Amino acid sequence: MTQRTIAVVSGGLRQPSSSRLLADKLAAATGEELTRLGVTPKIEVIELRDHAHEIVDNLLTGFPASAFAKVVETVAAADGLVAVSPIFTASYSGLFKSFVDLLPDGSLAGKPVLIGATGGTARHSLALDHALRPLFAYTRSIVVPTGVFAAAEDWAGEEAVERLDKRSRRGAAELAAEVARREPAAVEDPFALRTSFEDLLAGD
Amino acid sequence: MQFGIFTVGDVTPDPTKGTTPSEGDRIKAMVTIALKAEEVGLDVFATGEHHNPPFVPSSPTTMLGYIAARTEKLLLSTATTLITTNDPVKIAEDYAMLQHLADGRVDLMMGRGNTGPVYPWFGQDIRNGIPLAIENYSLLHKLWREEVVDWKGRFRTPLQSFTSTPRPLDGVPPFVWHGSIRSPEIAEQAAYYGDGFFANHIFWPKEHTQRMVGLYRERFGHYHGSPDQAIVGLGGQVFMRRNSQDAVREFRPYFDNAPVYGHGPSLEDFTRETPLTVGSPQQVIDRTLGFRDYVGDYQRQLFLMDHAGLPLKVVLEQLDLLGEEVVPVLRKEFAKNRPADVPEAPTHASLVAAAAAAASPEVVA
Repeated sequence: MTQRTIAVVSGGLRQPSSSRLLADKLAAATGEELTRLGVTPKIEVIELRDHAHEIVDNLLTGFPASAFAKVVETVAAADGLVAVSPIFTASYSGLFKSFVDLLPDGSLAGKPVLIGATGGTARHSLALDHALRPLFAYTRSIVVPTGVFAAAEDWAGEEAVERLDKRSRRGAAELAAEVARREPAAVEDPFALRTSFEDLLAGD
Repeated sequence: MQFGIFTVGDVTPDPTKGTTPSEGDRIKAMVTIALKAEEVGLDVFATGEHHNPPFVPSSPTTMLGYIAARTEKLLLSTATTLITTNDPVKIAEDYAMLQHLADGRVDLMMGRGNTGPVYPWFGQDIRNGIPLAIENYSLLHKLWREEVVDWKGRFRTPLQSFTSTPRPLDGVPPFVWHGSIRSPEIAEQAAYYGDGFFANHIFWPKEHTQRMVGLYRERFGHYHGSPDQAIVGLGGQVFMRRNSQDAVREFRPYFDNAPVYGHGPSLEDFTRETPLTVGSPQQVIDRTLGFRDYVGDYQRQLFLMDHAGLPLKVVLEQLDLLGEEVVPVLRKEFAKNRPADVPEAPTHASLVAAAAAAASPEVVA
């Protein structure tokens, strides 16, 4: 059976965090969908809170500390990405954006992404399509049509959770289908020489 | 193996006193530091080149010429000469002139500079950084080797029947290093010309250095036969006191407020993640000897000793420790198990001898 890796990034700050709950829900659903498609899922969960200092250090020094470099590598090497941010002041959180800022250029290009967001009320839900979707469009990733938003009310009551599960399964199915039909992700080596010196001299 | 210091030439407030040296004080301090380098037995002094505050060394050959007049043995170099925004014709002239005045005690290191706003001040665009480095150096290389140059390129006005003056001392151009942190094209460039490659090796994880030097050696082998004959230089940054805890205590406020990494990682994180060593002379010796494990036997080691607002007096004490306690041990230890065919860094004398040997091979045979 082929295997594909899904990196799951959660930008929640509280513990327990509703962003993490949503991320876990989307990860589990994606895993099930992949299994149904005959693909073994490998899920790698990344809590940005655990790397908050490393993220700021990287912004200041220009390089990731070794432990954090592994996190960045995990995302770059993943075959698909589940990205969940809390919505703060009309958009993704600053920590979430800083993390995306630190991913190497091109590392998300062509990578299927399922976006998710959490907020206090459903009034924030359009931030998914006004903030997260364009952010990942810029990275040239393939953002699946369904984005999953979970407000406080979505966790309350059987019916609400059922509706959230349904949206999650739809998004997960879209992500799994995109991941399953692609070759495994290839990671670019930033130190690899891509041009011959003759071409460099010729100005190519 | 050569040992020396390189300086960025930053004017940084001393965070422990809140005082900032004047530009004049800093320039004179750089000269004092260079003279001290010779006094304590170091081989090389290299100055940065910058064209924006808070840095003072915009005119490296003026400074190096002055230092040349006041030293006897010290090799004068740069870290780096901006091959992107300087006119290669002016570099050819300035450094040939310096060669004559310094009796050949000159080499230089090419770099692109990493400050975006500087490029347009000199009519350039940072997005052309690599193409500028490639084209400008190719012209510089020619100007030092061909008496009369006809040339046309993309970035500079064409040359017809141009002779760069003065000609290099004894007809031998200064040795050139190419510095880069993570651009494989520059390692390739250094390998192509058979020039030296210098890894900045401060502020960055050692893995960058390892990968870049590895690529440079491999490509050097491709062009010139053997990766072991490549000429490798490394940077490094240290702060020492006899007692390592004193070193950490004294350096911490400078570290915490330093340009580049200040207000970011802790001193402990940064010493673990980069080659920065803060501690006793013995700790510096042990760490530095470890560099060879990931770049192979190499030719030049330069230390950054005077940035982040450290007072001149402290820097001079650091140079005493470096020259008297650290470098003598490094010379001895690096010489151990060093294969006989590993070359020394070229000097003017060795390049003159090599040119003479190439001109009359029968004399050598």
